[in-house]
Amino acid sequence: MIEDPYLGKYVTCVSARSTDKEILKKAQDGGIATALMVYALEQGIIDGAIVAGKGDLPWKPRPFVAMSREDILKAQRAKYNISPQVSWLKEATRSFGLDKVGVTGVCCQMQAVRKAQLYPINMRDVPGKVAFAVGLFCMVNFPYDSIQALVEDHANKSFSSVKKMEFGKGKFFVHTERGNVSTVPLKETHKYEQSGCHVCLDYVSNLADISTGSVGSPDGWSTVFIRTKVGNEIWSKAVAEGLFETKPIEEVKPGLGLVMKLAKEKIDKNRKTLEERRNFGVNKALRDPYA
Amino acid sequence: MELLEKVEAIKEAKSVANKIKLGHVHLSGCTGCLVSVADNYQGFLKILDDYADLVYCLTLADVRHIPEMDVALVEGSVCIQDRESVEDIKETRKKSRIVVALGSCASYGNITRFCRGGQHNQPQHESYLPIGDLIDVDVYIPGCPPSPELIRNVAIMAYLLLEGNEEQKALAGRYLKPLMDLAKRGTTRCFCDLMNDVINQGLCIGCGICAASCPVRAIAHEFGKPQGDLNLCIKCGSCYGACPRSFFNPDVISEFESINEIIAGALKEGEKDD
Repeated sequence: MIEDPYLGKYVTCVSARSTDKEILKKAQDGGIATALMVYALEQGIIDGAIVAGKGDLPWKPRPFVAMSREDILKAQRAKYNISPQVSWLKEATRSFGLDKVGVTGVCCQMQAVRKAQLYPINMRDVPGKVAFAVGLFCMVNFPYDSIQALVEDHANKSFSSVKKMEFGKGKFFVHTERGNVSTVPLKETHKYEQSGCHVCLDYVSNLADISTGSVGSPDGWSTVFIRTKVGNEIWSKAVAEGLFETKPIEEVKPGLGLVMKLAKEKIDKNRKTLEERRNFGVNKALRDPYA
Repeated sequence: MELLEKVEAIKEAKSVANKIKLGHVHLSGCTGCLVSVADNYQGFLKILDDYADLVYCLTLADVRHIPEMDVALVEGSVCIQDRESVEDIKETRKKSRIVVALGSCASYGNITRFCRGGQHNQPQHESYLPIGDLIDVDVYIPGCPPSPELIRNVAIMAYLLLEGNEEQKALAGRYLKPLMDLAKRGTTRCFCDLMNDVINQGLCIGCGICAASCPVRAIAHEFGKPQGDLNLCIKCGSCYGACPRSFFNPDVISEFESINEIIAGALKEGEKDD
């Protein structure tokens, strides 16, 4: 077990990509989260998964409980705006009657799930029934209207024509269905960020069973951290069954160094925000959520 | 004969001397909290077998007067017109090492906050206070009803705190600290606290757990942020307790896998002998 102040605890870290063509076709990167959830469902490790599916507006996620491969595939791709994922956590075990729940989400959602497992306040039937949690790397999240403003006002694209959105290489990329790509400089996006993200001290979903994201791996591949016994078991089986191609993280470019750099950037910046909150007013502080 | 020997051997192996004394004190509550305690099924029996003696519990044990206890789980709020209730809670404080407010009525008043009296056969019973308004409370377990799993965790951690080795005591202390802090933070919590302490403070991340924890489905997410229907809110404080931005215990929560193993281990220990 490796313990790092920025990358959390993990057993191993690899670069990987799904071998499933259908999943890869619509994947944000290596299709890891989707392939893992589909695998877990088909193996009976989970009975269903809470995922960010299609909402009533273009690119507005709606959390729902996916009970089939098709449902999970519908939730592919990063939406970069708020999905109250965890609101279904108790419903999944109570109304849907799932005994083994899969959860996907970003860092803060993993924090909420783990807190619900350890301090289950009004969370009956939740602690023992979260069977598998896959976390995503997350720098920051946006309210829906923010992401809409970025796409429509800054990138000048109609929201419904967008095929894929992506943050990377210092830019926000908007790919349209017809193949056009617009970019917005990252610094223009900062003021649209959700403010709650600015105190988050996690970049790579430290509390998930397995966490994944594009950073550190070549295009079309994902960096994967295997973090817990549960995660390790599922990952080993899935790799043995040929669900993923893997490469040692040391052998790919840009590698773990970049993950570390971005994690440090986010966490150090947010520590500073927490510090600033202490002196936000005159002799008055804002709340420190970790105190 | 062989069986008898085995039974004797188990008796020897299991020391009962260090069991803690656990009590359930019932004030103005609906018994939902007690049902939650019992809903741990075999886990509850295991706790009673190996870790705790239930020395007082109006529903489950035939004991009429509040005895000395290590841990008192108090369900319900105190009707201050009811002399017996007031005496009971005072006596509980005097006779217990750790007083736990079990559930939202004891912690925050919950639905009993809305009582106005005027009902038979005691129409004058009109004012109900969470126990923290009358005595010092050590630990809060909010929830309406509180989840069986949290009660189980607190029971096991209380055992480790009182009877464990140094390492276990330290872990139990760290685990219980946020629930002890809740007890110090006050006797009212409702959706407004999420508004004041989390959303207004720019801390909400729209994860949705407040909506999941709300027993009356008073919370919806609009524009990614929780919106509470204050007419539905029963002041149980669950949303506030569940929010990762109301309290987050990074040291303890990052140990989630090993703590879950400790709890599972505690509930399984000795099972193979049975």
